[in-house]
Amino acid sequence: MTSSTASFDPRVLKAPHPVPGAPDNWKRFFSFNTDAKVIGIQYIATSLFFLLVGGVLAMIMRGELITPPSDLVDPTVYNGLYTMHGTVMLFLFLFPILNGFNNLLIPPMIGAPDMAFPRLNAAAFWLVPLFGVILMASFFVPGGPASTGWWSYPPASLQNPVGHLINGESLWILAVALSGISSIMGAVNFTTTILRMRAPGMGFFRMPIFCWTAAAAQTIQLVGLPALTGGAIMLLFDLCLGTTFFRPEGGGDPVLYQHFFWFYSHPAVYVMVLPVFGIFSEIFPVYARKPLFGYPVVAIASFAITGLSLIVWVHHMFYSGTPMWMRNLFMYTTMLIAVPTGIKVFAWLGTLWRGRLRLTTPMLFCLGGVFNFIFAGITGIMLATVPVDIHVGNTYFVVGHFHYVIFSTITFGVFAGIYHWFPKFTGRMPYEGLGLLHFWLTFIGSTLNFLPMHWAGLMGMPRRVASYDPEFAFANVLASLGAFLLGVATIPFLLNMVSSWSRGRRAPANPWQAIGLEWLLPSPPPAENFEENVPTVISGPYGYGLGRPLVEHEESFIARAAQPAASPTSDPA
Amino acid sequence: MSPSSPSLAPRPGPDLKAVGLVSLAAGIDTILSVKAAELSLKLLPPQASTAAPYVDGVFALEVGIGCFIFLGCCTAMAWSLLFHRADKYDMDDGAPIEGNLRLEIIWTVIPLVIVMAIATYSFRVNDILATLGPKVKLMPGEAPQLLTAEGEYGPVDVIARQWSWEFIYPNGVRSSELHLPLDERTHFRLQSEDVIHGFFIPAFRLKQDLVPGSVISYSLTPTIEGVYRLRDSQFSGGYFAANQTDVVVESREAFDGWLADSARQPLRPSYNPADELHQLRLRKGDRGWATVPPAPPPLVNASQDPSRPHDA
Ligand code: HEM
Ligand SMILES: [Cu+2]
Repeated sequence: MTSSTASFDPRVLKAPHPVPGAPDNWKRFFSFNTDAKVIGIQYIATSLFFLLVGGVLAMIMRGELITPPSDLVDPTVYNGLYTMHGTVMLFLFLFPILNGFNNLLIPPMIGAPDMAFPRLNAAAFWLVPLFGVILMASFFVPGGPASTGWWSYPPASLQNPVGHLINGESLWILAVALSGISSIMGAVNFTTTILRMRAPGMGFFRMPIFCWTAAAAQTIQLVGLPALTGGAIMLLFDLCLGTTFFRPEGGGDPVLYQHFFWFYSHPAVYVMVLPVFGIFSEIFPVYARKPLFGYPVVAIASFAITGLSLIVWVHHMFYSGTPMWMRNLFMYTTMLIAVPTGIKVFAWLGTLWRGRLRLTTPMLFCLGGVFNFIFAGITGIMLATVPVDIHVGNTYFVVGHFHYVIFSTITFGVFAGIYHWFPKFTGRMPYEGLGLLHFWLTFIGSTLNFLPMHWAGLMGMPRRVASYDPEFAFANVLASLGAFLLGVATIPFLLNMVSSWSRGRRAPANPWQAIGLEWLLPSPPPAENFEENVPTVISGPYGYGLGRPLVEHEESFIARAAQPAASPTSDPA
Repeated sequence: MSPSSPSLAPRPGPDLKAVGLVSLAAGIDTILSVKAAELSLKLLPPQASTAAPYVDGVFALEVGIGCFIFLGCCTAMAWSLLFHRADKYDMDDGAPIEGNLRLEIIWTVIPLVIVMAIATYSFRVNDILATLGPKVKLMPGEAPQLLTAEGEYGPVDVIARQWSWEFIYPNGVRSSELHLPLDERTHFRLQSEDVIHGFFIPAFRLKQDLVPGSVISYSLTPTIEGVYRLRDSQFSGGYFAANQTDVVVESREAFDGWLADSARQPLRPSYNPADELHQLRLRKGDRGWATVPPAPPPLVNASQDPSRPHDA
């Protein structure tokens, strides 16, 4: 055949895989397993556990904030709680769960048997529980956990009231540095896999958008993480060894840390949101039964976001003593990022237009996520303009904005992805009724929680406070009720995951009639996906309604997938 | 279930009904957005400084444009949800449209023009607002005497600590609440003695970090008499939330009277909520997580009055 665009290297198939002697029952999820599908589920299960941890911390915080005075917990305890909440949610929930998706989806989507570096992959995963334990241990060290927020600005973060070398802050820095190392290991793996291991015929413009967004996001990790890790190590030196990079008494500059931190941490928000854009782009075509509108533009926009996201970090420092010329410059660059993100939103709307919509749970989570993201993008524009940011920056308006993105968009997308690919990787169908209940509770709860925060911020309520003036009480009561509702919403979710995995209906190979290489595999896929018979890709993805085959001899792959998988992956217990 | 809407069938030539419907929707959208922009100002505190109306102008403009885009996108989504639903067992495909170059160019260019226009408008406002003076970095041990006064009144030294505010007036009066003469530009020198704090007065729409090791020159002009809240906006540790005080804007006569009065008062420790909270904690047996103890309350001629209500 004339499929010469591939860079697929069949030699990888010869690697001993999975590692000889690895357990093949439920124990494999607790072992150093090199199978990307096992690692993916390990990542997702670990992160869902930490979602619950972070959620409990959030609920205590909202309990404190339901009344103006600081009465439920001591203010210092509140500071520790919200620091841990932010850190857990970002570093132990969102980053790992998205890496879980990368592990599950990238190899089957591009027809590869596994990741390029399976052992590196497993090592990257096992760092997550390791730094999870380190972070959780900080609840038990003298003085309690770190309490200067997930941004940990010096000099506040360098104050060490306990006087011990092992304190909450030093454990926090260690955990963040390990998280960075784990993410860099992951990024090397994911980008190499996408670049080198695509099936024959799968040129870049035949690759599913999820792989485009994963590659764009992982490129950010490669460029940005060294800055954060370097900054964290300098902070650790200042804290423990008496250096003065950031200590003003020794001539250091605290604002320098902010540059290090935001040079990575602004792009980091795109590391999290890009894969979710990918999930939206995969799911809308399936349930609207239409090709993704403007596929090549959507693909290129991902890398435009990567590029722009690296030159906007100063918008977090508009009131840090930044000169006006620099504020103006970064205002323009920040505004530009609205263009590629806008392209994506319009493409999704174009995909829905004149489709045949099926409102399943994953579809509802995607619709809700896009709805919330449009709102979040608009408040993002407001924050990008210097005069408005000077008023609302560091207030609850910012908290509202980023929760609209981080929860109401990204986490919605994560849930959509879980429901959509659940049958593929567990071999069981999720319960639709529980899914719908989960969606509606989550949608109402998150709106009630995060919308009033904008209002409190406009009135002037600072963020990061354990108590506040009574004029902000009403907005805070609403937010707290919303938060408790979100807590309730996790019940049908967990119930669904556990019960449908253990006794749900067996899933066919392609329950949603979706187009994509992963749906040509049995559910769950065998250990090396297509094994030796990798299909040759002959068209772009998303051919809904076009009657064009995705791969050569598509019928034979469909027939093979219809047979139950020979591997034992079908039973969790 | 899904009514076979007329828009599903491909039609040659412009469809007057569709054009009418879209123009109607755009008209309603415009009216609602203008209303939203007007109403949005009600969400903000009173405009008590010369900067406030400009900031609010940018904000209202953004609410208007944002509302227009948000409603437009949601209408398109709602339309699809209402009229393009599949029946229960209907597994047919939708219209297989893969793209439309003209449409894609339009929706790249329009947002580009909108955001660049907003940025240019706020660029102009920034020029008007340029109240921020230079940030001068001190060498270790150096005294903060580097800036010359440039405002009409001042310079007032603003000193932030964990967790109290202290204001030193040109005549040497020290106070833990900020008094400002109405309609006069006051010049400040912002300094912090420990960690980063934020100088944030919502009614003035102004915020500036106080970076330890630096002096930041700043100025503002209050325009309405009243009592406003000054809040620490940059997280500063243990009792961050309590680090608040009042800003009293009064006529020049009242201000001069207060200044003269205060000059006659002896120095005494200021009222200090963080210190109170800390004492309470120590009495209860120190069951929180570690915190640096609050700095001693500043010695002031005029202290803040916690019982006084504030306007915004
Ligand atoms: C796409 C996904 C996005 C995510 C995940 C996201 C997330 C966040 C987060 C976490 C923060 C708070 C950081 C902190 O101080 O702790 C933030 C602030 C901010 N965001 Fe976004 N955001 C997104 C989109 C946007 C867009 C599209 C814009 C503008 C065009 C924007 C503009 C801003 C600005 C200017 C701030 C700083 C506000 C301040 O601290 O005063 N964001 N965002
Ligand atoms: Cu940012």
